[in-house]
Amino acid sequence: MAKKERMSGNEAVAYGIKQVNPDVMPAFPITPSTEIPQFVSTMIANGEIDTEFIPVESEHSSMSAAMGSEAAGARTLTATSSAGLAFMWEVLYVAASSRLPICMTVVNRALTGPLNINADHSDSMGARDSGWLQIYAETNQEVYDNFLQAYRIAEHPDVRLPIMICQDGFITSHAVQNITLWDDEPIKQFVGEYNPEHYLLKHNEPMAVGPYAVSNYCMEAKRAQAEGMIKAKQVILDVAKEFEEVTGQKYGLFEAYDLEDADYVMVAIGSICGGIKDAIDELREQGMKVGLLKIRVYRPFPAQEIADALRNCKAVAILDRAEGYSTQGGPLGADVRAALCKYKVYAENVNILYGLSGRDTKVEELVEVYHQLEQLANGENPFDEYPYLGLRG
Amino acid sequence: MEKKFDFREMQAREDRFVPGHRMCAGCGGPIAVRNVLKALHPGDKAVIGNATGCLEVSSFTYPYTSYTDSYIHTAFENAGSTMSGVETAYKALKKKGKITDEYKFITFGGDGGTYDIGLQSLSGAMERGHDMVYVCYDNGAYMNTGIQRSSATPMYADTTTTPVGSQSNGKPQTRKDLAAVMAAHNIPYVAQTTFIGNMKDLYDKSEKAIYTSGPAFLNIMAPCPRGWRYDAPEIIDICKLAVETCYWPLFEVIDGKWILNYKPEKKLPLEEFLKTQGRFKHLFKPGNEYLIEAFQAEVDRRWDELLVRCGEK
Amino acid sequence: MALQAKDINEQTKWQDLTEGLQIYEPATSRLFETGEWRTQRPVVDYDKCIHCLLCVPYCPDSCITVKDNKKNGLDYDHCKGCGICAAACPFGAITMVEGN
Repeated sequence: MAKKERMSGNEAVAYGIKQVNPDVMPAFPITPSTEIPQFVSTMIANGEIDTEFIPVESEHSSMSAAMGSEAAGARTLTATSSAGLAFMWEVLYVAASSRLPICMTVVNRALTGPLNINADHSDSMGARDSGWLQIYAETNQEVYDNFLQAYRIAEHPDVRLPIMICQDGFITSHAVQNITLWDDEPIKQFVGEYNPEHYLLKHNEPMAVGPYAVSNYCMEAKRAQAEGMIKAKQVILDVAKEFEEVTGQKYGLFEAYDLEDADYVMVAIGSICGGIKDAIDELREQGMKVGLLKIRVYRPFPAQEIADALRNCKAVAILDRAEGYSTQGGPLGADVRAALCKYKVYAENVNILYGLSGRDTKVEELVEVYHQLEQLANGENPFDEYPYLGLRG
Repeated sequence: MEKKFDFREMQAREDRFVPGHRMCAGCGGPIAVRNVLKALHPGDKAVIGNATGCLEVSSFTYPYTSYTDSYIHTAFENAGSTMSGVETAYKALKKKGKITDEYKFITFGGDGGTYDIGLQSLSGAMERGHDMVYVCYDNGAYMNTGIQRSSATPMYADTTTTPVGSQSNGKPQTRKDLAAVMAAHNIPYVAQTTFIGNMKDLYDKSEKAIYTSGPAFLNIMAPCPRGWRYDAPEIIDICKLAVETCYWPLFEVIDGKWILNYKPEKKLPLEEFLKTQGRFKHLFKPGNEYLIEAFQAEVDRRWDELLVRCGEK
Repeated sequence: MALQAKDINEQTKWQDLTEGLQIYEPATSRLFETGEWRTQRPVVDYDKCIHCLLCVPYCPDSCITVKDNKKNGLDYDHCKGCGICAAACPFGAITMVEGN
């Protein structure tokens, strides 16, 4: 029997870890993900799981140890945020190119500059080209459910890529929300045992990992790696279907909220989507056809599905919680606009920066954006040349 | 009781580091690697790790691995932590009954990957007590990128980032004493060696390092003909002179106890070692005698300090 | 089935390379013959060689093979001709000869 509970996003992930019982977890504390290794250490200390925890001296070593562990044949987990993720940068690419399906729970926090501990997506967005799968959550329930599906996706023979399971720092990671926790046994059966085909400690099969590859091999290796990312899309959908059979929870590449007949749409990632849904409910009551496309899977980027979902709308606001400093907006904006262009969807669009470094975004502000989209569709552009939501000045 | 050293038996053992690697002709690195790995008891399994460097790009150039054992390389600065992950996975899988074989864990890095960019990762792995051996093959500079100075480069050496010029006598600083730094981690085994005679010293220390439970660190001077500027066959004399001048003393630290393994009957003057290598050529120009004196004073000071640590003085 | 190193070359298609460029067999570098690098070759005078084996551990390329406690020959497929073995021999039994 599933049970109703109240807990934070970090607690929800920890509950998932307890059910998955990964073999090895190297981790280094950093706000706001610190609680996750703390919970794991406590569960180990109390004999609730038999994971081996490695209290590494840095995040760089955390990811390095994770690679060693995963290559050796152990189901491996780590957790981090912000500067910790940035410190892993170099080795994130190595983990992906070595095809090591490590799971990392990322609690999104602003990258330093200036130092700030609050939510934004600049950490994981910076790693968007590292070859990791990225799945984002709006709520504690979603981050829990996403985590439970993570290894099934990453370890799939068609994929064999590492995966980030992301949630917004503090807003999701620390705020207590209602949640449904699934029973241990069906979840254990769903996740299954990890039995890789090749690993360093395999009996009578020495294995070499991490070569120097000359140009004549390197480009082919990258194409082969991209194939894992391409195939991941179907695997994510298949795993979600199976998860639904176990839990009744439905997941796709993205969530469409009042999207079908919407004229004015926001595309966004993470906890902001709760506020957007409130704005939509309010405006729908007034008869305005507004909707939301909430990205769940960001890597691989479901470009065609997104374009098709936006095909009939009049104007789209793409909300980014990470500055790209390209002067053209943020990373989600770039990806969505490329999708619209590639699949010939000619809706008006605007890319808005919001919530940087933990800035609150109010429902009234989001309501106003929908009104502005209506103006945009009617030929008058009310947006700033460089739109920042909730900015003084 | 200590097993009697059998040189011929060691040579009869199968090589676990095989030819076809692309290290330069005459390189000291592979001499270190193959002989350390010979100290593994035949039949025992191992996972070999490696920091990026000459050894890595030469010994696992896709699709050619020079190792008979499993091997992992991930990056330059993380050989310690990468192997700590492998060793922990071994414990985890063993505990869960998923594997039954016994393994040893040995990782190699050059002085760049060990003394410098990988020092934090090494320190962490040693401090956490993983059952592994970290072997530094120390050739005293970043040779893979073209002979740039490292903190292992001896003073006054001519390197491409400490070039000798009208205003420069080579590297101004002295070399870091990494073996002492590792000993300060209070790990069960630390040793320093090089290629001497029938390699008994290297085999003994490798075997102790591998078969000591817990973390162990080996520092092996492995000359680089290109970077040190000498003819490849001179490696044997150079190693001998490094030891006889007390530039590179042979010692070990077992559970905190310092032991001197070799004390020259008559310590040779440092210049006997220096004059064998082009990187020190400028020290022999008239007027530069004071540089050799300063270098000699530093070697003397460190040797005296070592004698005190080892209870020899 | 993953390809073996002997079947992987610079014409191999991306679909056929091993996953993550991993290799699942030992010691494949034997296939790469570094003997081509050589400009001088070691030659053993077996009248002088007493099979002390002191040259063996000094070879950076593991090219001096040992069988039944005796030196069994030199691996010219891989010997790079560095000359260390000749210097290691206390009996002058190895000489370096110009040419490959």
